[in-house]
Amino acid sequence: MTIKNVKKRWKDIPIGGVIVEPKTSLRNKTGNWRVQKPVFHPERCIHCMLCVPYCPEDAFIVEDGKLKGINYDYCKGCGLCASVCPVKAITMEDENVEQENDEK
Amino acid sequence: MNNLKIFVDSKYIDNYETVLPLSGAHAVAEAMRQINPDTVAAYPITPQTPIVERFSEFVADGKVDTEFIPVESEHSAMSATIGASAAGARAMTATSSVGLALMFEVVNAASGMRLPIVMPVVNRALSSPINIHCDHSDTMACRDAGWIQIYSENSQEAYEHAILAIRLAEHPEIQLPVMVAQDGFITSHSVEVVRILKDEVVKNFVGERKPIHSLLFSENPVTFGALELPDYFFETKRQQQYAMEMALKYYSDIANELTKLTGHAYPMFEPFMLDDADVALIALNSSAGTIKKVVKEMRQEGKKVGLLKIRLFRPFNYELMKSMLKHVKTIGVLDRSFSFGANPPVFSEVLASLRSENIFSFVYGLGGRELYESQVRETFDNLLKGKFDAKINYIGLRE
Amino acid sequence: MNPKEYSEKERALYSGHSSCAGCAMPVVTRSALASASEYNIVASAATGCLEVTTTIYPTSSWGVPWIHNTFENAAATISGVESAYKALSRKGKINKKYKFIAFGGDGGTYDIGLQSLSGALERGHNFLYICYDNEGYMNTGGQRSSASPFGASTTTSPAGTVHKGKEQWRKDLMKIAVAHNIPYVAQATIGNWPDMTMKFKKGIETNGPAVVVVLSPCILLWHIKPDEANTVSRLAIDSCFWPLYEVINGRYVLNYDPGKRKKPIEEFMKPQGRYKHLFKPENRHIIDFIQKRIDEEWEELKRRAEFDKAYIKSNSESEKQGRN
Repeated sequence: MTIKNVKKRWKDIPIGGVIVEPKTSLRNKTGNWRVQKPVFHPERCIHCMLCVPYCPEDAFIVEDGKLKGINYDYCKGCGLCASVCPVKAITMEDENVEQENDEK
Repeated sequence: MNNLKIFVDSKYIDNYETVLPLSGAHAVAEAMRQINPDTVAAYPITPQTPIVERFSEFVADGKVDTEFIPVESEHSAMSATIGASAAGARAMTATSSVGLALMFEVVNAASGMRLPIVMPVVNRALSSPINIHCDHSDTMACRDAGWIQIYSENSQEAYEHAILAIRLAEHPEIQLPVMVAQDGFITSHSVEVVRILKDEVVKNFVGERKPIHSLLFSENPVTFGALELPDYFFETKRQQQYAMEMALKYYSDIANELTKLTGHAYPMFEPFMLDDADVALIALNSSAGTIKKVVKEMRQEGKKVGLLKIRLFRPFNYELMKSMLKHVKTIGVLDRSFSFGANPPVFSEVLASLRSENIFSFVYGLGGRELYESQVRETFDNLLKGKFDAKINYIGLRE
Repeated sequence: MNPKEYSEKERALYSGHSSCAGCAMPVVTRSALASASEYNIVASAATGCLEVTTTIYPTSSWGVPWIHNTFENAAATISGVESAYKALSRKGKINKKYKFIAFGGDGGTYDIGLQSLSGALERGHNFLYICYDNEGYMNTGGQRSSASPFGASTTTSPAGTVHKGKEQWRKDLMKIAVAHNIPYVAQATIGNWPDMTMKFKKGIETNGPAVVVVLSPCILLWHIKPDEANTVSRLAIDSCFWPLYEVINGRYVLNYDPGKRKKPIEEFMKPQGRYKHLFKPENRHIIDFIQKRIDEEWEELKRRAEFDKAYIKSNSESEKQGRN
């Protein structure tokens, strides 16, 4: 889902440059920055959640105390998660290789 | 009460509490006591110091329930005041001279964030050479900082202007900070009789601040002081200009409301024996008092001289200035500061009021917005037609 | 708070910000907000990477009320917010309870914002100041700050043929903060996340000013790979370049002592491109100098913590007796 960023006229924006809606950066999909991509291997995961606080992008999906996957809309592919994972449940792969596979 | 009868018109006497011998600084402190702001950040600087000293006494004696922030510099005085105002509080500070210069960066931030801060400024020369006495180089250096500026002839005006400034600043369509200027030592340290309104009258006049956006009151968490790139910066700044236009629009309404309580008038430009004057001086702050005395004397000698005192310097009402000077043959403008290498500030504005045919303003490129050749061409074409609705126009703004 | 508990909390710094891939700063910030998630928070930030990457108009990553004023005044600004809160609470205009956090980088804290911070600490405002210290001016592209370490090459202390990177020892912000006699000062880094969040929580729950200085590796300045922020900051702990300790009411508490596993400073420096020039044979003496000074500082810190241990022990015993 992308919200079109229509630039508003001067009379239509809140005064003082104040941003009145919190969390609006969620509109900025930073996933396209990636050159490498973390791949989650659920079968190895021990759900220690160490990767969650270490993700600068807050891109991990957690449901009912279980790690479910990675939100690639925001993941910039830094690999910090893979570096802190004690059981190698996250591995880094080249982003373009993955895309080529997808296209096939 | 006997004193009151001497100094106050019987029509307004019920609104007044007393008359006090007060310096300009203490008169402003008295206004601040009655305004009872939520926060006051204070840092000493000659000749502003007696304002914050007197206010500290009010805090110490529990006469106000203000949170007093004894900061370590003027920069922090304005920074903390910005924080408090953004939080939703009615926030004040006071300064002078190099103190104002030190806070210049955040003076601009206050107006940019549209925070209705009221700051008494006691005019003093900027360094160097260091000099603690009066001139207007401090507030004039801030004339483009997005603050409303009101200049005061004497202690009485300094007192009343501080009260007026709260309403002006916090008007929902204005939301701009206000400097209330008075002359260092000449006004700030000279004791005059000041008529003091009843606390209740001031309290009712200033009312409660109703912030539009605030850190503590807004329902959604708000972000103050975001980074604006060329795509939005100009629009935010255009709003500031609009707020100044609104200040011009609503100033007289608010001033008239205060007049109903005090019996004193607060015109943007105050004429003194100007109606039939052939020659007029234009001045602001305490010198207006000196000039009035001389005008009276010279009128006795049959010389047709007059004065136009500027109260509201920002925003500046060019049309009004022009109409008030229409009949005056020769005008002298008094400036208590330089604009080195250019026309001094007050002179510059008066000149602009009088000699402005066939010249238009185009504001462009704020915050890095591009100027395109096509826009230059369009501007030329419009100038060739020679017709604009407004004196100030904008290139590349999303109207 | 452990990572599991963290994963269930509202984290209040949302995705879509524009900090570099692998930057430690969002990790620090989001962890701090999660550590304080039981409270209503108002945050301020100095101009810097945090501010520019999280609030590009018209979007904001913040889930708490937030204010950026200018570069040097995050502490003064939050002191105004906190004072306003006190006044408005006293006047009955506000009923919600709030706590306050100011964030600043090392430039905005050690250098240009030091006075503003000092003033706010001395005045005793009830707030937590978090310095995310990446040891240089990164928002302007990697200049030296007074937090940049000895020997590091930056764009204004470049390693050249005559000068070999920064030639001054880094400023000790901890000592400066401690000198204000405030109740809580701590040093942390992302390399020990439970320790860091424990300190954030203590800081936010301190009655009065608290300062937590967090080493926050910068991919660009440190010339490390995007996935190395954690490993390098672990090496900072293990080499005692960045010891983990707290100063509680003036008493030093050492949180971690690597003991015999203490690593040579080279191991911390080696993965970082900013120290590359020091590994030329002719610059060996510079590394030796750094090692010597790191060792001296570490020994001094241990002595101080050892000294205070006895005091803290006797104090807590007398407190117990007092209660009885």
